[in-house]
Amino acid sequence: MAIELNGKTYETDEEGYLSDISEWNEDVAKVLAEQENVNMTEQHWEVINFLREYYNEFQIAPAVRVLTKAIGKKLGPEKGNSQYLYELFPYGPGKQACKIAGLPKPTGCI
Amino acid sequence: MLHIVNKSPLDRPALDTCLATAQPGGAILLIEDGVYAATTGNSAAGKLTQAMGQMKVYALKPDLEARGIADRVLEGVNLVDYGGFVDLVTEHATCQSWL
Amino acid sequence: MSEGQIKKFMYVNRKAPHGTIYALESLEVVLIAAAFDQDVSLAFMDDGVYQLKKGCNTKGIEVKNFQPTYRALDDYDINKLYVEKEALEARGLTEEDMCVPVEVLTRAEIGKLMETQDIVLSF
Repeated sequence: MAIELNGKTYETDEEGYLSDISEWNEDVAKVLAEQENVNMTEQHWEVINFLREYYNEFQIAPAVRVLTKAIGKKLGPEKGNSQYLYELFPYGPGKQACKIAGLPKPTGCI
Repeated sequence: MLHIVNKSPLDRPALDTCLATAQPGGAILLIEDGVYAATTGNSAAGKLTQAMGQMKVYALKPDLEARGIADRVLEGVNLVDYGGFVDLVTEHATCQSWL
Repeated sequence: MSEGQIKKFMYVNRKAPHGTIYALESLEVVLIAAAFDQDVSLAFMDDGVYQLKKGCNTKGIEVKNFQPTYRALDDYDINKLYVEKEALEARGLTEEDMCVPVEVLTRAEIGKLMETQDIVLSF
């Protein structure tokens, strides 16, 4: 599979995750979000940016439980809970948010 | 001739067999986990240093960097990159890899 | 996951990080299994101590550098990391060379801990 955007081809795997994380940009993120039926708001971008920073630091897409805890630590308890994150990403903050952020499928996502 | 060792000296006897086999005037190239032998404090350091009296010892720099040990290489070990690796193979008529 | 009693899992890591796939495989299994909320500890013995040697830069060998991921283990509530004293000594390493906080134990001490486990996984 692939995404065609502004004359560039972005390869994805069979589940729609970007093949090359370094190709990620906000425009391709918007396309990935559309495919997931996620309407990106400031709150969504906050989580996406958090995930990208986490990946840069630890070279891993965190499991949902870890993501929730880490977001709570950084952005406050009203955001560090699964209800908030599932409202933003109904099909799972791990799977959907990681996909939009251009990360691989989370390790520990079963 | 060129001897290539790619196993950690503390995991496999490859370096020991190599050092016991290699003849004066030969060269030893350490790659992959073999580069651990070329670090200070490793218990193989003594025998490697001793071998340097009779042959040249090389280690692949990218493998040292990947393992976080490029800053503790034994004195007398010559560092090479992948180009240097190829040069060593072409400079020697024969090559034994102690896999 | 259905309710069950918490079991003690020990992962025993004995291989250097990049020469074989064991180190990366072990780390991935540890992270996946962390979802099950068990009592997990990691032991690093023999060349396994090299997995935690600070300062790995894998650009030159063009493979993924998974060393930063050891620093995420704490987020997964995995914080019992034991490192074999004799292995450090044989390699000219000290506790300060480790990229994450560890507890340095002798082989005998690790052996005793091993005896207390429900499950031991070998890498």
